Amino acid sequence: MVSAHAYAVVTEGLRKRYGDVMALNGLDLAVPAGTVRGLLGPNGAGKTTAVRILATLLRPDAGRAEVAGCDVVTQAVEVRYRIGLVGQYAAVDEVLSGRQNLVMFGRLYHLSPRAARRRADELLEQFRLTDAADRAVKEYSGGMRRRLDLAASLILTPAVLFLDEPTTGLDPRARDEVWEAVRSLVNEGTTVLLTTQYLEEADRLAHEISVIDGGRVIAEGTPEQLKSKIGGDQIDVMVSDAAHLDHTAGLITSVVGQQAQIAHRERRVSVPVTDRVAALTSVARALHDAGIEAEDIVLRRPTLDEVFLRLTGDAAANSPKEKVA
Amino acid sequence: MTIIPAAMPRTFVGRLRWAVADGWTITLRSLAHWKQQPAQFLITLMFPIMIALLFGYLFGGSMVVPGGGNYREFLMPGLFAMTMLFGVESTMIAVATDASRGVTDRFRSMPMASSAVVVGRAIADMVDALLVLVVLLGCGVAIGWRWREGIGDAALALGLLLLLRFAFIWIGIYLGLVVRNPESVMVVQIVVWPIGFLANTFSSPAGMPDWLGMVAEWNPLSSTVAATRQLFGNPGWGGDSWIAEHALLMAVVWPLLLTAVFLPLAVRRYRRLSL
Ligand SMILES: Nc1ncnc2c1ncn2[C@@H]1O[C@H](COP(=O)(O)OP(=O)(O)O)[C@@H](O)[C@H]1O
Ligand SMILES: [Mg+2]
Repeated sequence: MVSAHAYAVVTEGLRKRYGDVMALNGLDLAVPAGTVRGLLGPNGAGKTTAVRILATLLRPDAGRAEVAGCDVVTQAVEVRYRIGLVGQYAAVDEVLSGRQNLVMFGRLYHLSPRAARRRADELLEQFRLTDAADRAVKEYSGGMRRRLDLAASLILTPAVLFLDEPTTGLDPRARDEVWEAVRSLVNEGTTVLLTTQYLEEADRLAHEISVIDGGRVIAEGTPEQLKSKIGGDQIDVMVSDAAHLDHTAGLITSVVGQQAQIAHRERRVSVPVTDRVAALTSVARALHDAGIEAEDIVLRRPTLDEVFLRLTGDAAANSPKEKVA
Repeated sequence: MTIIPAAMPRTFVGRLRWAVADGWTITLRSLAHWKQQPAQFLITLMFPIMIALLFGYLFGGSMVVPGGGNYREFLMPGLFAMTMLFGVESTMIAVATDASRGVTDRFRSMPMASSAVVVGRAIADMVDALLVLVVLLGCGVAIGWRWREGIGDAALALGLLLLLRFAFIWIGIYLGLVVRNPESVMVVQIVVWPIGFLANTFSSPAGMPDWLGMVAEWNPLSSTVAATRQLFGNPGWGGDSWIAEHALLMAVVWPLLLTAVFLPLAVRRYRRLSL
C-alpha cells in the first residue's frame, strides 16, 4: 500500500458490475496530493462510476479506495468532510437563491448559522455571483449555475475535489471560467480528480492523465508522455490501388518504426510519427522508390478516436482476454 | 479563508443532535420553497375548494346521502381525506426533482445525517398538510359544514387525517426515488385519482356494483373518511361489513401498516441509491 500522505487518492483493484456490464474492472489509481489528475476516457469507460465510488455514493464490489487517507467504505463520513463533488449536472436547488443554497449547504456541513452566512458571502464574491446572490437559481445562466455548483463544493475547502465532466455542455466562455477556478484551487493545495472526454481539457488542466477504457487504466502519464506515446502527429497515405495497402503498410512501418494501421474502405494507411517533417519526407521517398502511387499524403494531429483506438489496441495486445476491435 | 469543520460527534447524543439539526435545515429549505413560490400552495388549495363547490352545489342536488342528511356535510370529510391522499404527488415531485437534478447526490456526498433528507421532507410535508387542512376546514364552515361532537373528537379526526398524510409521505418518497424523474409523476397521478374516487368519498359503496363496492370499502381512504365522519358527527353510511364497522380502528391500522411497509423501503432506497 502506498503511503496515504503522499497520495490524496488511491484505488486498488476497484471493481463494479452492473448486470453484464463491468463498469469498473480493476481500476488502480494513485494521485499525488496537490496535483490535478485527469481521467480521460470515452463514454461508458467507467469515469462516473469511479467518481461515485470515491465520493462515497456507491460501494465497490471489490477492491479498495482511500481518499485523503480515509477508506471510502469504512470511513465514509470522514471522507465526506474532505471532499467536494461536482457532478455532471449542477446539483443546486433551483427554487432557492444562490445565497440560500450556499447557506443551506454550509449548515449541512455543520457550520454555525453565522459562519455559514459569512462563508456564503465569501464564495459568492469569489465566484462573481454577488450581484445575482438573491435571485432564484432558475434564472441563472449555465455558467453561473456551474460556478454556484463549484462554490457549494468548496464550502469546507476540501482536500480533494472531484469534477465529473465539469465543462460538458458549457459554452467556451463558461468553460474557461471553470478552468480558471480549478487552477486557482490547485494553487491553494487542493487535489483535483477531473474526468473528461476531451483530450484538450485534460491537456490544459492535468499534471497527469490516466486514460481509462473498459473500467481500467490503459495508459498513464503526463500529457507530454502520453502524446509521445501516441506519437503526436500522424501521417495518412491514401493509395490509388487497394492491392497495394498491405505492402504500403509494411513499408511505412519499417521506415517510421511504428505500427501502421490500414483503413481498407478509405484505402488509407495511417502511422503515428514524432519527427513530423523528417518522417513525411522519408515516407514519400520510400513510396516513390517502391513505385507505389499515392493519391494523397497528409500530416495531421490524431483525432481523439484514434488516440483511444491506439491505446485500447495496445492494451488489448497486452491482455489476451480482451478481443481486438 | 479555510473553514475548520466541527469534529464528528462520537456519542449517541451528539449524533442525535446533528440528525435533528440537519433535519431541521432540510425542513427550512422546503418551507423556503413555499415562500418563494406561494402560487404553488394556492394551486394545491384550489383543487379541493373547486371540488367542494362543484360537488357541493352543482352535483350536490342529485346526490343522495345514505341515511339522509346534508350532502355537503357528507362531502367535506371525504374531501379532507382525499386532499391528504393527493399530497402524495407533491411529496413525490419534490423528491424526484432532487434526485434527477443531482441534489440528492450532493446531500449524500456531504457529512450530514443520512436520516435528515427524509425526515426533513416528512416534517415539511406535515406542516403543509396542517396548513391545507386549516384552510379547508374554513372553507367547509363557509359552505355549511359543521363538527358536532365537540372539540376533542374533532381534534382526533384531524389527527387521523394527518396520520393518513403521514403514511402517504413515505409512499411518495419511495416512489419519487424509484422514478427519479418529476415528469413521471403524471403516471402516478393516473393511479392516485381512482384511489381518491373509488372510495366512500363522494358516494356510498352500497350504491356501487358488488366487487367495486368491496374494493371501495377496503380502500384505506374509506376507513379514514368513515372514521372522521363519525368523529365530526357528520352524516355517513354505516355499512354492515367488518371493515365498515371497524372504521375507527382501521383508520389507525391502515396508515400504520402503510408506514411500516414504506418507511423502511424509502430509507433503504435513499441509502442505496446507486443509479
Ligand atoms: N446504474 C447503472 N446501471 C446499469 N449500468 C450502468 C449504471 N451506471 C453505469 N452503467 C454502465 O457502466 C458503464 C460505465 O458507466 P459510467 O461510469 O457512467 O461511464 P462514463 O462516466 O465514463 O461515461 C457503462 O457501460 C454504463 O452503461
Ligand atoms: Mg460519466
